Amino acid sequence: MGRFIYADNAATTKLSAEVLNAMMPYLTDNYGNASSIYEVGRSARRTVEKARQTVAEALGAKTNEIYFTSGGSEADNWAIKGVMDILKDKGKTHIITTNFEHHAVLHTCQFMQKHGFEVTYLEVNSEGYVTPGQVENAITDKTGLVTIMYANNEIGTIQPISEIGEVCRKKGVIFHTDAVQAIGHIDIDVAKQNIDMLSLSAHKFHGPKGIGVLYIRNGIRISNLIHGGAQERNKRASTENVAGIVGLARAIEIATKDIDKKAKEISEKRDYLIENLLKIENTRLNGGRNRLPGNINISFEGVEGEALLLMCDLNGICASSGSACTSGSLDPSHVLLAIGLPHEIAHGSLRLSITEETSKEDIDYIIEIVPNVIKRLRSMSPVWEKIENGEQKSLL
Amino acid sequence: MLYSQKVLDHFANPRNVGEIADADGIGEIGNAKCGDIMKMYIKVSGDVITDVKFKTFGCGAAIATSSMATEIIKGQKIEDALKLTNKAVVEALDGLPPAKIHCSVLAEQAIKAAISDYYTKQGIDPTSIVGEIPDCCEDCH
Repeated sequence: MGRFIYADNAATTKLSAEVLNAMMPYLTDNYGNASSIYEVGRSARRTVEKARQTVAEALGAKTNEIYFTSGGSEADNWAIKGVMDILKDKGKTHIITTNFEHHAVLHTCQFMQKHGFEVTYLEVNSEGYVTPGQVENAITDKTGLVTIMYANNEIGTIQPISEIGEVCRKKGVIFHTDAVQAIGHIDIDVAKQNIDMLSLSAHKFHGPKGIGVLYIRNGIRISNLIHGGAQERNKRASTENVAGIVGLARAIEIATKDIDKKAKEISEKRDYLIENLLKIENTRLNGGRNRLPGNINISFEGVEGEALLLMCDLNGICASSGSACTSGSLDPSHVLLAIGLPHEIAHGSLRLSITEETSKEDIDYIIEIVPNVIKRLRSMSPVWEKIENGEQKSLL
Repeated sequence: MLYSQKVLDHFANPRNVGEIADADGIGEIGNAKCGDIMKMYIKVSGDVITDVKFKTFGCGAAIATSSMATEIIKGQKIEDALKLTNKAVVEALDGLPPAKIHCSVLAEQAIKAAISDYYTKQGIDPTSIVGEIPDCCEDCH
């Protein structure tokens, strides 16, 4: 007993001690408003601008292309609403996205539809990818924006972002990517990858919650989402969250250092975990192999996801599921349905998301516990009973 | 999702899990597509439910409500077991989150379905005694 393994880093990550240390002065003595004229204010301003430079360097962007927001959801909302508000006056009223985006994008797109915009939801394939060709074919004279996530939050699949960006550049369409799950985990360079706009959130890479960034390439016009002050070059009102900004900058600096090496190491642990969990019968890996280093998403036939999570929790393992019972709605995850899983299989999914802090021992413990949990739940499952007896065909 | 200690206890240590090979009545309610199926087995002697077992595919609340419902009706007269409401199951578990109330409805229906099957096997039309058992999906969707 007493074991605690946090394997839900796609939900949020632990704030790093180093990041907290960097933030502390701005939560205590250095409380100045970055817009104030006296020294404590000016010092806050310098700190914010230095952080902006750090973030820009980490993304391959220019300093004046970085806008701090309250997080990933705000960045996504702002990108879509702000850009389309300008473009509609030029007759551009069409948005292209995918059917497995995060709800911060999907629900914003649905909101835009209610306000007269047209949205194309590209269908991802059974492995969880869209192609640049799909994007190109969907672009019309009216298309103003393409918004496609860098990597999926549930199944971790990494999209061909550079190629999609190239198509958009060629067609003169703005390309936004929700990179909330990808930043700090895989190498990203906005300039090299033809990315016009990018959303990120600090708490996904050991930074604090409540702070994010929208990168907006110079030359792109965007309306404000939040009005009421001259902060962020008149583009986003609200007193700067100095401690949050400092934390985000420190976190992205740490996360992007030796990123390829870390990604490789985490991927190896991921693959070891996947191979071992797939040894359980009637099991499938959701999403293709080109996926985030830390993402594992597996469906176990005949069990329900929430029960699976609760039983993992009883054993000290924190994970997540695409089951309807954990989403608060009646349908299982839209991502798992988008890759073509039947409801029954989607309900029985388990997402584990690991980081460099997840040890080999932690992974071996997961490999020891999960098969027992599955066995126990299947032993009380009437669905599994029928599959085992051959009364019902496997849906895998 | 906040579960009471009692729900967690009945989930972690469910009572009466399993099957009864020579059950007098078997009831199955739910749909795997919706994420929950409950199957209940009863053994009847005279007018008393002497044994009850269940198998459930579903969330923590579905397993806990199955467990609690079987615990309540074990040893009860059929007429008393038929009076078991989902509300009583919820109360016995010290409450359920609103989104999980439908699990308790399933537990009530699964018991009724098993009793209904018992009467059918006895050559007695159950509808006048047990009443109609609605399809779960009509009920909770």
